[in-house]
This record gives sequence, structure tokens and C-alpha cells, in this order.
Amino acid sequence: MPELAVTSATATADEAAAVADSIALQSPGQITFDSIGPTLTFDGDRIARSGSERIFNRRHLLLPVLHHVRNAIGWLSEGAVNEIATALQVPAAEVYGVASFYELFTFEAPPSPDTIHVCDDTACRIAGANDLIGELRSDGHCVHGSPCLGLCEQAPGVFVQRTGQAHVSVRTATKESVVAALDGELMRPVAPVPQVAEDLTLLRRVHNAANEDYDGYVATGGYEALTKAVSMTPADVIAHVGDSGLTGRGGAAFPTGFKWSAVAGEPGPRHLVVNADESEPGTFKDRVIMEHDPYSLVEAMTIGGYAMGAEQGWIYIRGEYPEATRALKSAIAEARSKGMLGDNVGGHNFRFDIELRQGAGAYICGEETALLNSIEGYRGEPRNKPPFPTTNGLFGQPTAINNVETMVNVNQIMLMGGEGFAQQGSGRSTGTKLFCLSGHVANPGVYEVTYGATLRDLLDLAGGTTGDPRAVLMGGAAGSFIDMTMLNVPLTIEASREAGFSLGSGVIMVLNNTVDFDDFVARIARFFQEESCGQCVPCRVGTVRQSESLLRIREKGAPVEAERVMLDDFAKVMADASICGLGHTASGAVLSALDLGLIGGAS
Amino acid sequence: MTMTNERPVEIRSKVTINVDGNDVDVFEGDTILDACNAAGKTTPTVCYGPTVTPVNACRVCVVELEGSRTLVPSCSRPVEDGMVVKTDSERVDHSRKMVLEFLATSSDVSQADDIMGWLGDYGADLDRYDVATTARMTDEVKIEDDLYIRAYDRCVLCYKCVEACGEDAQWTFAIAMTGRGFNNRIGTEFEVTLPDSACVYCGNCVAVCPTNALQFKTEFDLRKMGDWRPEDQSVTRTVCSYCGVGCNLDLHVQDNQIVKVDSPSDHSITSGNLCVKGRFGYQYVQNRPG
Repeated sequence: MPELAVTSATATADEAAAVADSIALQSPGQITFDSIGPTLTFDGDRIARSGSERIFNRRHLLLPVLHHVRNAIGWLSEGAVNEIATALQVPAAEVYGVASFYELFTFEAPPSPDTIHVCDDTACRIAGANDLIGELRSDGHCVHGSPCLGLCEQAPGVFVQRTGQAHVSVRTATKESVVAALDGELMRPVAPVPQVAEDLTLLRRVHNAANEDYDGYVATGGYEALTKAVSMTPADVIAHVGDSGLTGRGGAAFPTGFKWSAVAGEPGPRHLVVNADESEPGTFKDRVIMEHDPYSLVEAMTIGGYAMGAEQGWIYIRGEYPEATRALKSAIAEARSKGMLGDNVGGHNFRFDIELRQGAGAYICGEETALLNSIEGYRGEPRNKPPFPTTNGLFGQPTAINNVETMVNVNQIMLMGGEGFAQQGSGRSTGTKLFCLSGHVANPGVYEVTYGATLRDLLDLAGGTTGDPRAVLMGGAAGSFIDMTMLNVPLTIEASREAGFSLGSGVIMVLNNTVDFDDFVARIARFFQEESCGQCVPCRVGTVRQSESLLRIREKGAPVEAERVMLDDFAKVMADASICGLGHTASGAVLSALDLGLIGGAS
Repeated sequence: MTMTNERPVEIRSKVTINVDGNDVDVFEGDTILDACNAAGKTTPTVCYGPTVTPVNACRVCVVELEGSRTLVPSCSRPVEDGMVVKTDSERVDHSRKMVLEFLATSSDVSQADDIMGWLGDYGADLDRYDVATTARMTDEVKIEDDLYIRAYDRCVLCYKCVEACGEDAQWTFAIAMTGRGFNNRIGTEFEVTLPDSACVYCGNCVAVCPTNALQFKTEFDLRKMGDWRPEDQSVTRTVCSYCGVGCNLDLHVQDNQIVKVDSPSDHSITSGNLCVKGRFGYQYVQNRPG
């Protein structure tokens, strides 16, 4: 073994066993390293590489191993980090550097084996999350205020990170229901979405509980899309995706067909990565799909693998989605056991398999290149582009990265044909779109509409607003506030852009006049401050300066005009000079709130 | 651009790019920064160094590139034929000024001469930041040995030391970026002291630090006594006498005492890097009889 210098701290027997177990769990079988490339080891040398040479045997196991040890022991000790470093041949400083990047890992023994993460972000904040935190803390629980947990339609949301037991989420949480969850009481199921099955296309299966297992999925038309796909050539499948006009549903609205044909045109091996790190405050649509229709994602990815000649699929799901993770894990395992994943998918003569990877509490890992770094076992810091992932993606190889909702639409395209799909909606906005309604509406939830519905249509579907609506947060924290004069704007890519806002990930959060906007907007600013990876100066410092400025307005009565000059300066450098989208969009909500006179008493 | 010792095996063709209205011919594979240098433009850089892979984290070298929605980091963006670049636009000046304001309001840059100069050049206005409500790096100086100190209140998190400790020079990986966001810090695992860490005391991190956050203990002590006098120092170039590699050493001498040792970054053997003996093992020179 190469010499790897570590401190004298050693792992306990339990920690050492957890490390050994986790590596055994991850080893061969599931992931075929051949498809990633040859492993590189140097006898007598330290194994550490980066860039296009990041193809070596064990570093990409770092995040799964950290999870496993954290879940078994409750925290990461110096001895445990040394054990992991030695086992994976990753320098201890780097193991620590990676682990300390993520919110869900701690380096001191927690006071309790259960850490209760209570969302105190946007929708949960206006649903009394801070009161819940106070109540739980006064009862002596270990509570951590969390950024959005993607449970906005059932606010306040809670994620319980347990030790030695499965994590759980608690929805519409009260002190009592959180305590019950600690005692192992399961959540009572609620309807996944408010609309009935007849009104749904993409989500038509979510009400049918049977479809959470393989036979039930097949009985409701599952795998018909794959059958259709493999009756065509891979190039034809991509042509249909191109013809459909499908655009990315994660927020950037990039044409999917274009991305797929770019990847297919690159020399292999290729990867298909699904971005299920749904962390944009106010967004929960992908969670609903994964919890209630996990096979549709597996099927759509299989079609993508066939079309692009990508043999390895990856799903990167956020660590705070325990139920969706379990649903996907079981779907992937069952699909594999039915021969629908593996060396010869469904007897159709191609290889495709899926590896599920969990994030560990970092919004930035939803940025596609940060996500790739995270999978590879590095800090979730975005890469500089170009080169783009289509040519230099996971392990430096051609990679298509698609959002969950985008991916699942591929099934629809196969069933309807590309042109048939494109007949829904108009222009660049084709197909149906999922919107996440939360805040002050009668029936919050995910709503599916054909592109072209107006904001008013969506609010009507959700039973109207409650109270006296003051503003709507569109697109999440990275989006912007609009006022109620925008009700008739069709929510299409084109019309929203013309009206000066972005649909982003489909967040529609209604805020009535009971909301303390100074507090609400300050929380959004704090969100960016806490979620900035810190790699580039404009965002690392700019998000902090922006927060400080808002606090000066709010708590020190600083003149808004002078602060606005500063805020505009911060916004401009973050938008112009940051590495990635986090910095580019970190000021949108703040400036729009000032423009609308929601904060600071100006208008 | 990773620095390697491989000789170029293919003939590089030239491309033409336009910098502030003037065409410049540069080699394919060069960066926009190379083109700016060729065009005689002065470009501020912090995280860029000739011997380390640019992480393009500081963003002070950004330029406007026609067709790009955002500004691009000149230090790491390869040139393409026909690029049109502006280095003196209002957007570029604004971003550079703001980055410099951000650096100077969050870290102590008083010993970073380049940054201090650019603050004036770009009209940075530090007085508009309310001291009481503006967060800074306030780390205590780490003094763990007699060789070098780490003053992270001066650190601008440029990653250069991490690169030098890792793949760009030493392959020791004693330090890494830790934490997240404004809490990012360069550190060892669990902040163990350097003697406990994997550090081999090559001091290559000290050599690339742009802000003096990492400095020789001798320099630190002299500064503390108010006796650090660069203007009175002479620099003598010599060859390291420890082994046969032939590393050049620059001995910085004040009052007839060696106070700092480095190696020229353009030296063909060292690229500015040394080992613990060359950089810190100079005391024998001063062991005079009697």
C-alpha cells in the first residue's frame, strides 16, 4: 500500500466496520468500472488525480462512504476520517475538505442520535416554522434550521436525520408529529397532487399506489415507451426528442434534443446523469414524481441510455429526500432483477444500468458541474465552462445531464411521437409543465398544465389565493417577485421572459399581506450566503455583502437609496463575474422586492 | 493549462484575436490573458500564477468577450480564432473594482502590494462599507513551528497553496479547501497542526501565496519587531548545495542574515519550487566559527 500520512487518531471498531461495510456495499456488481474506464493505481505512490484523469478506482466512493459512516455512527471523527482516507487512498485533508463542504456531516458527536432539520425557508417560514423550532428546542431536541426541504405544499417540512435507522421526513409538521416520527410512527399518506388523474398527463400514474412496484407499473402501461423506443434506431429516438421541442425543466430551458445529439456525437464511454438534487426553494415537483412514479424515471433514463449509447446512468438525489430515495432504490433494484437494467436490457441487446447517489446538503450541487464534482468525490464546486459536460462531463467523459421532470417527459415523447408532443403548447414552450404552488393558496401542490396557461389559471386551479395577495415569488429564490398585475401573463418561456421574469423550476409561491417581507427577503439573501460554495470571490463575498446590506436597512434603518447603490453594485458583479448560476441569480429576488416596494418602505 | 515538463510535440498554429480594437496573433492553446499580455494590456491577477493551474476563482482578470453573456476569466479561457475581447469596458472595470473591494473588505491585504496598487487603479471605495456590519476573516495567526506561519486573516482563498501542495508541485496534499462559502478556509484535516499533518515543509505554498498569509517565520518575527526592511535587503542567486539537482536559490539577506529563501518561478529546474532543505535549511551558512 502506498504511504498516506495520517494523524495518530484511529477509528473505533464500529467506525472501522462501517467503513469496511460501506466499501463492500459499493463494490462491483452494481457499478461496472469498465464502463467508467480503467482504474489507475501506482504502486508505492499516492493515488490522487484530477481533471480528465479523475478516473481512478475509489475516490468516487467518498460521498457514499461518508454517508454510510455518518448514518451508522452519527458523526465523523478524526479517526473515522483517517480510516476512510486510508481505505479510499484519498488524503485525509481532502476527505475533511469534502465532508466539511456538506451540511449533513458533522465533526462532533451530536447531543442526540436524531438531528431534526426544520425548514425555516420561504414557504415553511410563513407557515410557522420558527415557532416549531422554538417548541422543539424548548423540549431539548437537537434542531437545525434548514434551507428549503422541498416539502413546501405540506409546510412546515421536517427532515429527521437518524443514526442507525432510516431517515424520515415529516410533513405538515407539528411538535407532536415530529416526536411521533422519532418513535417510528410513519407519516399518514396524503394525495400526491391535488388534480385528479383525468386531468394529468405526465403525472397520470401518481395516484395509483400499485405503480410503485414493477408489475403495477407495467399494468398501467409502463415500459410501452421503451418498447416504442427500441423499435427505432437510437438516432431516430433523438430526432423525436429534438422534434418535440422539449426544453430543460430544471430552470435553464435548454433544448434537450440538442444536448442529446451532442453527447451521442462524442466518442464513448458516455454518461447519462439525472439531476434530482431538487433544492431550489419552493420546488417539489421532482420529489412527487420520484416518490409516486419512480419507474417512469427509470424507464425514461433507459430510453436515454439507448438513444445516446450511454451505458451508465446516474441519479444524484438530494440527501434530504429519504422517501424518494427509498422509492428509487427499490425501483432500480427491481428493474434490475426483471432484466430491465443490466447487460441486456429487456432482451433488446444494449447495456444500461443506474447508480443512485445521494447529496449531503448543498444547494450548489444542483449546478450541473458541481454535481459532477460531487459524484466524483470532490467538493461540490462548479467547474469553469467551457468545456461543457456534453464533451467533458463525468470523469471527463461526454455526459448528458437532465432534470427529473425533463427526463420523464421522454416517455411522453415516445408515446406521442416528437411532433405529437410539440402540438401541446406553442413556440419554444411545448408539452405540459409542472408548477409548484405553495404559500397563500387554498390547495398547494404540484399542478400540471399545458404550456400557455396563465398565472390566473394556475391560481384558480389551486383554489384561489388566501388573504390579500401582495406578491408572487416566481422561479424560487433564484427567481424574482412579481405583483398581482401579472395574472394574465401566459406562463411560457417566451411570455414570461417578455414580462421580465423567469419560470425557473416552476415555483409559484403566493405571499399575502400578512408576510413580513423584510424578514422573508432577508432569509432569501441568507440562503444564498449560506449556499454559496465560496469558490469565486464575487459570490463568496457578494452574497454576504448583500445580506449585510438588507440587515442594515431592516435593523439599523439605513437609508434605502444609499444601500440600493451598493446592492446594485453587488448584483452587477455577481451577475457578470461569478462562475456559475448561483452567483448570477443571487440578487434577482432581492432587487425585484426593492423594485416592487416590498421591502425598505420605498416604491 | 496544466504545467508539465513535456516538450511540445506538435507545431502550434497561430490564431488572431482582437483585443480592444487591435488584432493580436497568439498561439492556439494560449489563454486570453496571454493575448492581453501580447497586446500590452496590464491585467490584474490574484489566483493566477505561472506555475499553478488557474482555478479562476478570484475573477479579477475578467474581460468582456463578444457573444458571451457574462464576463470570462482571461487567465483560463483558451483563445479561439476571431474572438473579440474588451479589457477596458465599463463592465470590466466595474467587476474588477468590486472584486478588489470584496477582497480588501474581507481580508487584510495590506501586505499584498499588487492588490494595494490595483485598489487605487480601479477606484475601489472601501470607505462606503460600514465596518461594524461588514464581516471579515478574523482568524488568529497560526504559529506551529519555526519555519513558516499561517495568517489566514490575510488569506484571499485563491487556492494557489492547495495547488502547490497537491498536483501542481509537491503531491503532498497536507492542506485542502475546507468548509463552505464565506466559511471556506485553507486547512488540514480537523485543523490539526502542520507538524501533525502530512506537511513536508517544502514551503512551496509560501512561495505562491499572493498576500503574505503564508510567510517565513523570520519575516513574521522581523515584521513584528518593526524591523522588516525589504529596501535594505539584497538578493543573491546561488545553487543549492544539498544534492545534485541544481536548484537555483535566491537568498534574501538583511543585515548580513538570510531572512528568506525562494527560487525564481521561471527557473527550468525548480519552477519556483524547492524542498525543505533548500528553502529552510540555510542556517549552516551562518554558522560562523567563534
